[in-house]
Amino acid sequence: METKRLDRGGRIDRSRPLTFTFNGKGYSGYEGDTLASALLANDVRLTARSFKYHRPRGIVGAGVEEPSTLVELMNADASGNQPATTVTLSEGLVAKSVNCWPSPGFDIGAVNQLAARFIPAGFYYKTFKWPNWHLYEPAIRKAAGLSAAPSEPPAAGQFEARYGHCDLLIAGSGPSGLMAALTSARAGLRVIIADEGCEAGGALLSRKLTIGGAPAMDWVAEVVAELVAMPNVTHLQNATVWGYREHNYLMVTERSPDNPSLLERTWRVRACHVITATGAIERGLVFGNNDRPGVMLASAVQTYVNRYGVVPGKRPVIFTNNNSAYAVAADLVAAGITIVAIIDSRDSVPEEARALVPGVEVMAGKVVTEARGGRRLRGVVVAGKTGGSARRLSCDLLTITGGWNPTVHLWSQSRSSLRYDETLSTFLPDTPAQAVSAVGAADGALALQQALRSGAEAVARLTDTELPEIPHAPDLPYAIEPIWRVETARGKSFLDLQNDVTVDDVHLALREGYSNVEHVKRYTTGGMGIDQGKTGNINIIGTVALAQGVTIDAVGTTTFRAPYTPVSFGAIGGLREETVALPYRHTPITDWNLAQGAFMYESGARWRRPGYFPKGGEGLQEATNRECRAVRFGVGVYDGSPLGTFELKGRDVGRFLDYLYSNVMSSLKPGNGRYGLMLSDDGLIIDDGVCFRLDDHRWIVSTSTGHADAINGHMEEMLQTRFPEWNVFITAVTSQWNNATICGPKAREVMEALGTDIDLSPDAFPFMSLRDGTVAGLPVRLVRVSFTGELSYEVNVAPRHMRDLWAKVMEAGQPFGILPVGSEASHVLRVEKGFLSLGHEVDGTVDAYDLGMGWSMSKKKPDYLGKRAVHIRRETGGVRRELVGVISKSDRQIPEGAPLTPGGRKEKTEGFVTACVWSVVHDRWVGLALLEGGHSRHGETAHVRLKGGEVIPVRVTVPCHYDHDGEKLRS
Amino acid sequence: MMQIPCPFCGARNESEFSFGGPVKPPRPEPEAVSDADWTAWLTQVPNPLGPVQEQWWHVRGCGTWLTIWRDTRSHDIVEGPGDGN
Repeated sequence: METKRLDRGGRIDRSRPLTFTFNGKGYSGYEGDTLASALLANDVRLTARSFKYHRPRGIVGAGVEEPSTLVELMNADASGNQPATTVTLSEGLVAKSVNCWPSPGFDIGAVNQLAARFIPAGFYYKTFKWPNWHLYEPAIRKAAGLSAAPSEPPAAGQFEARYGHCDLLIAGSGPSGLMAALTSARAGLRVIIADEGCEAGGALLSRKLTIGGAPAMDWVAEVVAELVAMPNVTHLQNATVWGYREHNYLMVTERSPDNPSLLERTWRVRACHVITATGAIERGLVFGNNDRPGVMLASAVQTYVNRYGVVPGKRPVIFTNNNSAYAVAADLVAAGITIVAIIDSRDSVPEEARALVPGVEVMAGKVVTEARGGRRLRGVVVAGKTGGSARRLSCDLLTITGGWNPTVHLWSQSRSSLRYDETLSTFLPDTPAQAVSAVGAADGALALQQALRSGAEAVARLTDTELPEIPHAPDLPYAIEPIWRVETARGKSFLDLQNDVTVDDVHLALREGYSNVEHVKRYTTGGMGIDQGKTGNINIIGTVALAQGVTIDAVGTTTFRAPYTPVSFGAIGGLREETVALPYRHTPITDWNLAQGAFMYESGARWRRPGYFPKGGEGLQEATNRECRAVRFGVGVYDGSPLGTFELKGRDVGRFLDYLYSNVMSSLKPGNGRYGLMLSDDGLIIDDGVCFRLDDHRWIVSTSTGHADAINGHMEEMLQTRFPEWNVFITAVTSQWNNATICGPKAREVMEALGTDIDLSPDAFPFMSLRDGTVAGLPVRLVRVSFTGELSYEVNVAPRHMRDLWAKVMEAGQPFGILPVGSEASHVLRVEKGFLSLGHEVDGTVDAYDLGMGWSMSKKKPDYLGKRAVHIRRETGGVRRELVGVISKSDRQIPEGAPLTPGGRKEKTEGFVTACVWSVVHDRWVGLALLEGGHSRHGETAHVRLKGGEVIPVRVTVPCHYDHDGEKLRS
Repeated sequence: MMQIPCPFCGARNESEFSFGGPVKPPRPEPEAVSDADWTAWLTQVPNPLGPVQEQWWHVRGCGTWLTIWRDTRSHDIVEGPGDGN
């Protein structure tokens, strides 16, 4: 194998060879290489197949702009669609091309090339639309595709997220960024400077320039050394600033943080000011077969020669429309490479450019119309811009430059505007929309001295200080005459190599009426993908402008969106514990529940609760039945701690609660409580719960578990925005109280066995009242509420006493056969009683009257939340769905949500079943339903119609299936 | 992510707040207005392209409900709580 490595020079370490595998074959490179530079050094020219046509492709760029060679990394580095130019070479690296099978050399999909003229832009969407696109999509995605996501997360290491705060965030550590950092850091600003490269220096890494008479990289090293020594500077390399959000909030992902246990770290930086020193990206030239392996950007050729000591070709032709190619040519000559010719589309080439390469043939006013060769470039055809006699040149490398585009991605993401600059033939930053400045090549300052000056000037303006001395840095002045496409081209002329978008595709889009540049992008896919058209977008805009006969300005750019370069999902997610995004909430007896073999799940608001406590081989239904029987015929206990609990204090709590609840709360006597509904202004029932008065100015509001946080916000909103002058203080005390709720006919006996100083007789301590005292020697707040329909005591204690209380309850209850009760049994018991559950019976369409709770809508109070809205809605009339009980006439459980239809026929539904449970008191399936006109249909038979036509007849009843008069719960 | 000025805590990340919607006109006396006016107040929420007054709840902070003017085109907070006083 022919090695293409220079003997000396570059920033690679020749004493540290590395071995790697590409498409199954072993190669070697050096520390400091990228995968791309190492492949070129091994003379691997054919590295990829194109997205759609499977055309042979090589390496085109040297950095994030690379459109062609995407690789999938294997093993520990597993990740897909990485540009080979950004993969740092490491020992044992295994990579393969993404869009060819079995290899880029022998690619079965290459048959697409034969049909290329039949698959223009939009072909797939137009052709595979019957019966629908999704039928064909998987196969097409496989053929025209990128790599699959790794099947496993990275085996070792973690992702981290952190916040950053600074006076100045500088994106890019090229010459202008470093100059800005140095100037601002010396002025005492807190500076973060982040750069995507593994080394600072930006374009200086690839070029042979001097600053202050010494090699430019010496200056870079000095500046970096000064910066890292300053406590007010955070210097990040291998860290891409990829997102610019509102209020100067930027996303920075560091790919190899200094902590070895971290894979990546994402910074969320809030910066007082931002400087985009993001450099510029070279654009390609558009001519026939401009995608052949061996056609390479001039800046990339320069990078491979100067930075990696790699010769990408021995007989290069250079095709240019601007001055920068001549500096590249000079570096090639200096590396001992003989240039075949420079084809310059400009009729007159500036003398200072020619002077860099004396003796090299310059063909002015000519263009390359066509590249020749298949899997590697063999030559080019050169002709005049409008035709004329063609000349063939033999070459193995075509170095192209279509000019430079300032990297305005971050600038534009900040919503700052662009303007088209005729002199530079590109879009430049114009008016900032946030606190941001663009400097250096990113602001069109393409020559080195200009770039250094603009970096310093931006900081001088910002800090109102004097401009420091700018070191002398000679560079060839930039000059360009744009050429958006070679009009005499022969063969496919690619505008976007990654998506296989040609000039013809853009013309087709325009012919079909997609004339807006955003539509052109979506129709052709030009500018999409991994590279987001970094090298091709302006040529697309130019092609549109030429075809429409308008200016580039009139066409405009597509929107620049984050991320600037691809970001791994892990980096966005950051550190995650287990499998949930938000942590679960637990009560103090989770361990006890688990020790009892409870089946735990989340039952609202992220609380982990026991669903049921299976014994032996019991399933859900058997365990639930057993727990229900304990409560109905003996005694059970459940942990009611997750219910939302709020303490309201102040002189105005009574009238505040009257405003929040639909019924009257202010008339409650201390020690007593009342059930009520909370409505919003538009009449929706937003919660139900009980409210207790502790004393004149202290109240307890309890809410359903799932709505506790929302009701907290609601109460605060009403208080702070409508009644700020009222004397009310709201404190969330959900986690200040835990409780064991003892329920069942034997509950009082268990309470007596526990021992209490509170008189438990129903006269002294009736239903819906509250007492403070002691139970089992613990200070408690004892409440007689019931969510099961049985005699119940809610024993509330401070969380530190909860485990103790629970153990004592289980011990004292043991002679009575007490059982712990899970959420499943609680659900059954509340359905038997016809008690509401928000989200089941209360779905946003029903009001209190529909629920048979019209009594709760106070007539006495002139105003409360929801009153007017409910009345207006009811006045409009119409049939309403009303809450009823249903008793299944079959032995089949009715699925929750099953529709009721007239006579069970296939007609418009007249309601649905909200819940259906096995009743241990009736030994049959009972449920609740919302049924049209339900209140007047008690005793009738209604019909559930299931999918597939199965009909279950049900008897319509009152919602309460058990102890209708509430004797048990009041006992 | 926006930075929202809290009158008690200073400028804080949006993630500490819960959005409370645009500020509607003051709630009319329910019985003093027509059904149509009441329904209009209930259902019509200001939705301008430009500055809108809106409420935010500093739920993961001090708990204050506050009011700002935010430009819906740019997210610029053109007036913070109390700026107008």
